[in-house]
Amino acid sequence: MKRRWINFVSRFFTIATGLACLAVTVMVALILGNVVRHGFGHLSWKFLSTAPSAGMTEGGIFPAIFGTAFLVILMTLAVVPLGVCTAIYLQEYAPARSRWVPLVRMAIQNLAGVPAIVFGLFGLGFFIQFLGKGIDRFFFGGDLVFGQPAILWAALTLALLTLPTVVVATEEALRVVPRAHREVAYSLGATRWRMVRHVLLPQAVSGILTGTILAVSRGAGEVAPILFTGAAYYLPYLPKRLNQQFMELGYHVYVMATQSPDVDATMPILYATVFVLLALTFTLNFAAILIRSKIRRRMKR
Amino acid sequence: MNRSWSERIIEGVIRLSAGLAIASLILIFIFIGKEAVPLFTSAEARAEAGMSKLFLGNRESPDGKRVQVWQPVSEVPKYSLWPLIVGTLKATLVALLFAFPLAIAAAIFTSEFAPPGLREVVKPVIELLAGIPSVVLGFFALIVTATYFQDLFHLDYRLNTWNAGFALGLAVIPIVYTVAEDALTAVPQSFRAGSIALGATPWQTARRVVFPAAFPGIFAAGILGFGRAIGETMIVLMASGNAAILSWNPGYSFRSLSATVAAELGEVVNGSPHYHVLFFIGVLLFAFTFLLNLAGQLWVGRLRRKLTGARS
Amino acid sequence: MKKLPLAAVLFSVPLLLPAAQSVTIKGSDTMVILNQRWAENYMASRKDAVIQVTGGGSGTGISALLSGSTDICASSRPMSEKEKAALQAKTGVPPVEIPVAKDGVAIFLNTQNPVKELTLAQIKDIYTGKITDWKDVGGTAGRIILYSRENNSGTYVFFKEHVLNKQDFSPMASNLPGTAGVANAVSKDPKGIGYGGAAYAKGIKYCAVQADDKSPAYLPDEKHILAGTYAASRDLYFYLRGPAQGEVKSFIDWVLSRAGQSVVVSVGYFPLKKAASKIK
Repeated sequence: MKRRWINFVSRFFTIATGLACLAVTVMVALILGNVVRHGFGHLSWKFLSTAPSAGMTEGGIFPAIFGTAFLVILMTLAVVPLGVCTAIYLQEYAPARSRWVPLVRMAIQNLAGVPAIVFGLFGLGFFIQFLGKGIDRFFFGGDLVFGQPAILWAALTLALLTLPTVVVATEEALRVVPRAHREVAYSLGATRWRMVRHVLLPQAVSGILTGTILAVSRGAGEVAPILFTGAAYYLPYLPKRLNQQFMELGYHVYVMATQSPDVDATMPILYATVFVLLALTFTLNFAAILIRSKIRRRMKR
Repeated sequence: MNRSWSERIIEGVIRLSAGLAIASLILIFIFIGKEAVPLFTSAEARAEAGMSKLFLGNRESPDGKRVQVWQPVSEVPKYSLWPLIVGTLKATLVALLFAFPLAIAAAIFTSEFAPPGLREVVKPVIELLAGIPSVVLGFFALIVTATYFQDLFHLDYRLNTWNAGFALGLAVIPIVYTVAEDALTAVPQSFRAGSIALGATPWQTARRVVFPAAFPGIFAAGILGFGRAIGETMIVLMASGNAAILSWNPGYSFRSLSATVAAELGEVVNGSPHYHVLFFIGVLLFAFTFLLNLAGQLWVGRLRRKLTGARS
Repeated sequence: MKKLPLAAVLFSVPLLLPAAQSVTIKGSDTMVILNQRWAENYMASRKDAVIQVTGGGSGTGISALLSGSTDICASSRPMSEKEKAALQAKTGVPPVEIPVAKDGVAIFLNTQNPVKELTLAQIKDIYTGKITDWKDVGGTAGRIILYSRENNSGTYVFFKEHVLNKQDFSPMASNLPGTAGVANAVSKDPKGIGYGGAAYAKGIKYCAVQADDKSPAYLPDEKHILAGTYAASRDLYFYLRGPAQGEVKSFIDWVLSRAGQSVVVSVGYFPLKKAASKIK
């Protein structure tokens, strides 16, 4: 009797947890489905390659796509070298019992937990007010050049936000390389940096790539840090200089959803923009997941 | 000779990079704190928005009672933080109540019960939820689900805590799921094998053997989820109604700390008391998540040592 | 491989040089669509002009004017004496105030709401929380759901000063970031009430406003706003740090000309002079 009750309860909970999985999957599908249904119809080559017109009720979103791409490229240029170097330090250069290692790790973990809006405040308070105004005073005689919202500062703010992602992924990649490889390199007379550069990094490339892709996906989607560090609603030009503002997909979604004057006219554009943004982040995330599972499968062999 | 020179430079660069991580955290605290310090030092700021006003509210004459109101643009600016703090906590509670059970149950399913083929499909799908930017979740909550929730609960307010809390929960689920799932799969297979050998069902194994063994990791997942929910900005900015109401009723709109900063920072005049208060809120958010993470790391370390008898 | 770092440095040098001159307009969300249309039309007629438009609220614009990060501040409320004094302290000259269009702060109601008109006093009591049920103002019973703007909005400040007589909003009011947000919210909420500049959304209607019990109720249409008889009429402003010069002056002259004012009409606001409104 008791056995049957146990079996019943077990089966119940097994099914219940399975339903939880199903519920989450269904919610993801609903969101995607809703966006695709309302947004796909409005997509066109013209939409992706022209600028908004007629007060955002017509036209396309090319400046936002360009701005997002430019922003993310700058961010990657900053975060990948920094993150990879930090991971290399933690794995290869730090002495075994160094007190710095737990400190750096703790710093990275805490950076990962800082709210996005706090990064925005930091971008404003440090990059713009301190660095930017400082640069203006020393190089431009007080003119307002870099001491204002700019794509450079927004990119650096995002780089700080995504730093933990790159560090963790790189560390994971370095850890996986067998110890023997390092020892063989040393025994052949290589210096530490040579060993890292010619033995470790080539093998860690896919892991670093995963981390970079995840960072890019995060950077393309976060809006709070760029609210005051450079995103703009309507610019008649594309940002070509580091001290210019930029349009951005996520910010565009936010402004259109909350401030467009004719909500019904802009709804198709809004949905289509959401579609483009989601397509971007999903493709990136999916690519990262694929690379990661390929690495794991290679490891098991 | 040449080689060791460049070698040393490279090593210096690498050490510097690692140091930058620590430096950034310190810099964040310094530069946000720097803009909040005038609340303590400047007489003008103190009169308008000193600590007593922030935490005890304004005195509403003539009856002399104190009111907890956040209305900084006003004849008499009012900066009480309590409506914002209660709003933030209220939404976080709704989000976690919804997200935790779902995420942890899903993690248990994929790590304990699901056949390997199903796991390879379900895991990426749930992790794909992490790829939805919070601005999109906010958009979804504002345009699509708000009407559903209002009809479902017959609520007066369309932009309420249930709606925003739901979207917030969606943002938290992937984080909790990933970390909890990692913790569960890290439990050695021998634990499960031993339990099954003794006649337990997979559920009993999961509940009595695997879950307790993975508890430190699951606890860490919880802390991460809590931190994320407290600090999330865009979802709340778009779907909460942004009303600074001091109430625990989830049917009402609310205003969170981070959304307040996001909504008002663009407007404030550099150096005004309002500006300093917003940075002070930033300090509060930073300090809270920092302490939460720190406490979490210490606690998880202690739990791990207790439960496995090994060094973490 | 060695050439790559060198090339990167050479490539990035032009990136570091500051941008060419452009005219920046920052400020009112009420005006941002109008500013943007003006910018579009002006740039279409003058190939070398570059006008950059950002919203953020009148307060944002004023603070940008103070910090010098904008040429023109668009504001849907007049600058306060304190703000003017702060700006003068920085620049040495008083700020220049240029009205560029007229607007009426409209009261939005859902089309299903039977209420058609309200007095200013009733609106004030509704928004300060004294009246909470629709049946007290002639509608069907039900709680009044308040929709308001964020406090960086000039519309918010204007409403507080002229309709609420400087009293506080009820904390129960939802604060939305733009007029569109308010209009959108009211269109989905039969019990809602909102306010804002001219906006279009299906499902809402304008509420006629009576200055007091004895005056007639007016809708915010062109006749009454230009005449000033609509109780919540207001001017929309451009503010400058000093007298307009160069590119900025050409742009503002165009805005005040017939071409510019006809854009005002096409966006849905109201021109400064009646004559402009006859232009199609």
